[in-house]
Amino acid sequence: MSKFKSKKDNALPAVNTASLPDIVFMLLFFFMVVTVMREDTLLIENVLPVADQVEKLDKKNPISYIYMGKPAKGYEKYGESAKIQLNDKFAEITDVQSFINAERAALREEMIPYLTVSLKVDKKANMGVVMDVKQELRKANALKINYTTGTGEVSANMER
Amino acid sequence: MANRAAPEVNAGSMADIAFLLLIFFLVTTTIPKDSGINRKLPPIEEDQEDVVIKEKNIFTVLINNNDQLFVEENVMELSEVRAAAIAFLDNGGDGSCSYCHGLKDPKSSDNPDKAIISLKNERETSYAAYISVQNELVAAYNDLRNTRAKEVAPKRGFSDMNFVEMEANFSDPKFNGNKDKLKEVIDQIRNEYPEKLSEVQ
Repeated sequence: MSKFKSKKDNALPAVNTASLPDIVFMLLFFFMVVTVMREDTLLIENVLPVADQVEKLDKKNPISYIYMGKPAKGYEKYGESAKIQLNDKFAEITDVQSFINAERAALREEMIPYLTVSLKVDKKANMGVVMDVKQELRKANALKINYTTGTGEVSANMER
Repeated sequence: MANRAAPEVNAGSMADIAFLLLIFFLVTTTIPKDSGINRKLPPIEEDQEDVVIKEKNIFTVLINNNDQLFVEENVMELSEVRAAAIAFLDNGGDGSCSYCHGLKDPKSSDNPDKAIISLKNERETSYAAYISVQNELVAAYNDLRNTRAKEVAPKRGFSDMNFVEMEANFSDPKFNGNKDKLKEVIDQIRNEYPEKLSEVQ
């Protein structure tokens, strides 16, 4: 028997966890960088339909969001039909124009023509409210719109 | 005086703190997935002059209150719309369109420049149905443009791209090719198959 062999060798050595904080910090920084906090709290149901011919919404241009959908749980007192949500609260159809003007006022002047309005509409909403909003946008001369959708096969839209 | 070294800070709980933050950011992260179908609304014009468009140059798509689809007043399934739209746009009835592959049916559209798709809906139409049909119509244009790109692009030195990829490459700052030439090709194809899709209010 070798006399150099120590007793310790029989026990499994402990895994060195000194680099664990480093790994965790690396992940932490990744998520900190990619995190975008939700800008608006949704008061409505908002399940977007899917489409496969989508274009990316260009982040270089200013984007305003208009949400539409049935009031979510806890907001049933606002009714059953699809409502419009601007910023953090329910809005009427007449508020759309002033909303667009307020969004424009916050922009630098040269960016105003590039304002895109992203319509985030629940897939169960009916077109009536969307048509009204489109008409208001035309009146406000905000003509660049984007029907924001998820990506996928359109056949998935019809499943209830 | 003994030289007392500062006691070492115990970093054992650092991992715990980092984990706590990590979990917070994991939960709050929503990776933005903003993409969709871009459309341009028609401006409101003061004096509406009546432009006379021949009936055969208009391809009417109506989605009614029950999400049923009527193409040129006939019931149609969603899956058939794309092919019907392509046949209409690519018809080239008056023979002026040298790149069309259509049937040259004199009862259908004259050429892609004159052909207009008119999408109508009613108030109770569901948004999902509307987007599905929009998607199919955009797909019809994209398909035609892709086919055309396959014919045009190899001569211009962009052999391995279809139209959609060209557009993506054009807006991609990392693309290392000749952007001016690419723009020319894109504009040519856009002119050959202009997207004339009207949403009737």
